[in-house]
Amino acid sequence: MSVIIENKQSDILKKQIFPSHEVMLDLKNLKKVYPTPKGDYVVLEDLNLQIRKEEFVTIIGHSGCGKTTMLSMIAGLNPISDGHISVLGKHIKGPGPDRGVIFQAPSLMPWMTSLQNVLLGVNKVFPHATKAQRHDIAKYYLQKVGLEDAFDKKASDLSQGMQQRVGIARAFAIKPKVLLLDEPFGMLDSLTRGELQDILIEIWNKEKITAVMITHDVDEAIFLADRVVMMTSGPKAKIGDILNIDFERPRTRKSVLEHDDYYKYRKHLIDFLEH
Amino acid sequence: MKQSITLGKVTNFVGLGFLSTLKDLFTGKLEREDLKNVLRKTVVPLASMLLFIGLWHLGAKSLYNIEAEFKIEKALTDQGPEAADALRSCIASGDSSCQPNTLPSPSQVWDSYKSLLRDHNIIKADKAAFIEKTAVLNEKRLAEGKDAITYTGRPSFVDQIFRSLKTVFAGFLLALFIAVPLGIFIGLSPTLKSAFNWFIQIFKPVSPVVWYLLVFMIVKTLLIDSSEDSSFTISFISVGFCSMWATLVNTAMGVATVDKDYINVAKVLKLGPFQKIFKVVLPSSLPLIFTGLKITLSVAWMVLIAIELLAQSPGLGLFVWEEFQNGANDSNAKIIVAMFVIGIIGFLLDRIMLTIQNWVSFDKTEGI
Repeated sequence: MSVIIENKQSDILKKQIFPSHEVMLDLKNLKKVYPTPKGDYVVLEDLNLQIRKEEFVTIIGHSGCGKTTMLSMIAGLNPISDGHISVLGKHIKGPGPDRGVIFQAPSLMPWMTSLQNVLLGVNKVFPHATKAQRHDIAKYYLQKVGLEDAFDKKASDLSQGMQQRVGIARAFAIKPKVLLLDEPFGMLDSLTRGELQDILIEIWNKEKITAVMITHDVDEAIFLADRVVMMTSGPKAKIGDILNIDFERPRTRKSVLEHDDYYKYRKHLIDFLEH
Repeated sequence: MKQSITLGKVTNFVGLGFLSTLKDLFTGKLEREDLKNVLRKTVVPLASMLLFIGLWHLGAKSLYNIEAEFKIEKALTDQGPEAADALRSCIASGDSSCQPNTLPSPSQVWDSYKSLLRDHNIIKADKAAFIEKTAVLNEKRLAEGKDAITYTGRPSFVDQIFRSLKTVFAGFLLALFIAVPLGIFIGLSPTLKSAFNWFIQIFKPVSPVVWYLLVFMIVKTLLIDSSEDSSFTISFISVGFCSMWATLVNTAMGVATVDKDYINVAKVLKLGPFQKIFKVVLPSSLPLIFTGLKITLSVAWMVLIAIELLAQSPGLGLFVWEEFQNGANDSNAKIIVAMFVIGIIGFLLDRIMLTIQNWVSFDKTEGI
C-alpha cells in the first residue's frame, strides 16, 4: 500500500513541477521536527509543493496531520527544521506582510474599530501614502466584504462572521503576494460560511492573489480551488495526492454543483480521506 | 424619557444599579415580576443595615452594663458602700465624668459625627477670620520680602480627611508611575522577569510598618538639610511602595499573557516594537492593569491609616491615634466615626476605579 502511494506521489510531483517564472510559492524538502522527551517527533518530512502565481490551492487532510504547521511555517510564525520555503525565488526569513494571513479565529484587536483594524496593516505597508489614501484603501476593502456600515463599530461588537469579514479585508488590504488561510470559516455556521466563501471568491477573482487555504470541508475545497492538495496523516506527513479542479472562473456555487465533474472530484477526495 | 435612560445607564455603569430600580419603584414603571428583584436589591440591604444597627445597639448596651457593674463593684470593695452608691447615681444621671468607657452606641456615634462637623465649621470660620485679619499684614510682609503668616491652628476632622486623600493619591500616583512601566518591561522580557522575580517575591509581603521604617531611614538622610516637615513625603512614599505590588504583578502578567493571536497578527504585519507595545500589548492588557490599579488603590487606602499613625503625618490615621491617646469621653465614638468615614471613602474609591476601568477597557465583564 505504502509503496503504491510512494509511486503515485512521485508521479504527481513529476507531473506538477512548473517553470520557475510561473512559481510564486515553493516548498522544498520541507521538514518539521518537534523535540520531545521520548525523542524527535517528525510532523512533516520531504514535503515538496509548488504553487503558481494567481493560483488558489486548498489543502485537505485529517486533523493533526500537520496542515496548520505547514501553513504557519509558510507564514514564518513557526521555524523550519529543514528544507526551505521561497516566495518568488527568495527564501523567507520569519513573518512579513508579503504573506497575509487569515487566521482561524478572526484575531481582531477587540478594542479597535473595524476600520482601525484594517488600517493597522495598511499603515504599516503603505507608510508613504497620505492618511486619506490609507483610509481609502481600508474603506475600499471593508466595502468589498460588505461592511460599509460598520467602519466605526468596535470589533468586539461584531458577530463572529462580521469579524472574519474584517479579517478578510485586513488580509487583502495589505496587498500580499501570498494569502494564507487557516480554516478561516471553520468556526462559523454553514449559512454564514457560504456567504463568506462567496465574498472571498468574489474579492479573490478581482485581486488574483496566490492563495493557500486549509479546510476540512470537501465542498469548500472544490468550490474555491484550482488544485486540491491532499495530505497524508502524520507523523511524517507529506503530500498524498493532488487533484486539479478544472471548473472555469468566475464560478458560481450553482454552476459548480451542477457540473458533471463535481461528484467525481468529490468522490476522489472522500476516497482519499477514507482510505 | 431619554434623560432617564441615560441616567439609568450611568448608575448601572458605576455599579449603583439599585438606585435606578429604586427610581422605577417610585415612578411606578415596574412590572409585578420585577417586584421580587426590587425587594432583593433595596429592601434587603436596608433591612440588614437596620438589623446591624440594632445588634450594635444591644451589644454596646450590654458592654456598657458590664463595664458599669465592674466599676461599681470596684468602688464597693475599694472605697465602701457610699462611694459605690454615689457612682451608681452618677452613672445613671449621665454625667460625662463617670461614664464607663467602652464600645459607643450608634446614637453616641451619630452625636460625635455631628459634633465633629460643628467643630469643623468653627475651625473654618476661625480660619477665615484669621486670613481676613492677617491679609493686610501679610501683604506688607510680602512686600518686605518676609514669609506670610499662615494659619497654624488645629486641623478639623474634614481637613484631615482631605489630607489623607492627598497622601493616598500621591502614593497611588507614585505606585502607578513605578509599577506600570516596570511591569511592562518585566512582562515583555523573560530575562528581566527572572532578574526581578526574587525582588518582587521578597518585598511583596513586607508589612506597611516595615516599609514605613525603611522609607523613613532613606528619606531622613536624603532630606537632612531640609528644615521642612518630611512626614508627608515619607508617608506617601511608604503608601506607594506598600501598594504598588498588585499593579506590578498584574501588569507583568497582562503583558506576558497577551493573546497569541494578537501577537501573531503583530508579527505578520511586522509592527515595530513601539507600535507593538502601544497598539497591541498595552490595550490588550489594560483590563488586568486596571484590576491591579484597583487593588493598589484599596491597599493604599488601607495601609494609609497605619502609616499616618506611625509617621505622625496629619490625616485620618493620626486622628484615630490621637483620639485613642486622648481618652476623652467621646473619643471612642469619634474613632468609630473615623472608621465609617474610612470605610465609605474606600468604597467610593473602589467604585471610581471600577468606573474608569469600565470606561477604558474593551472587556466589559462586570466588576464586583
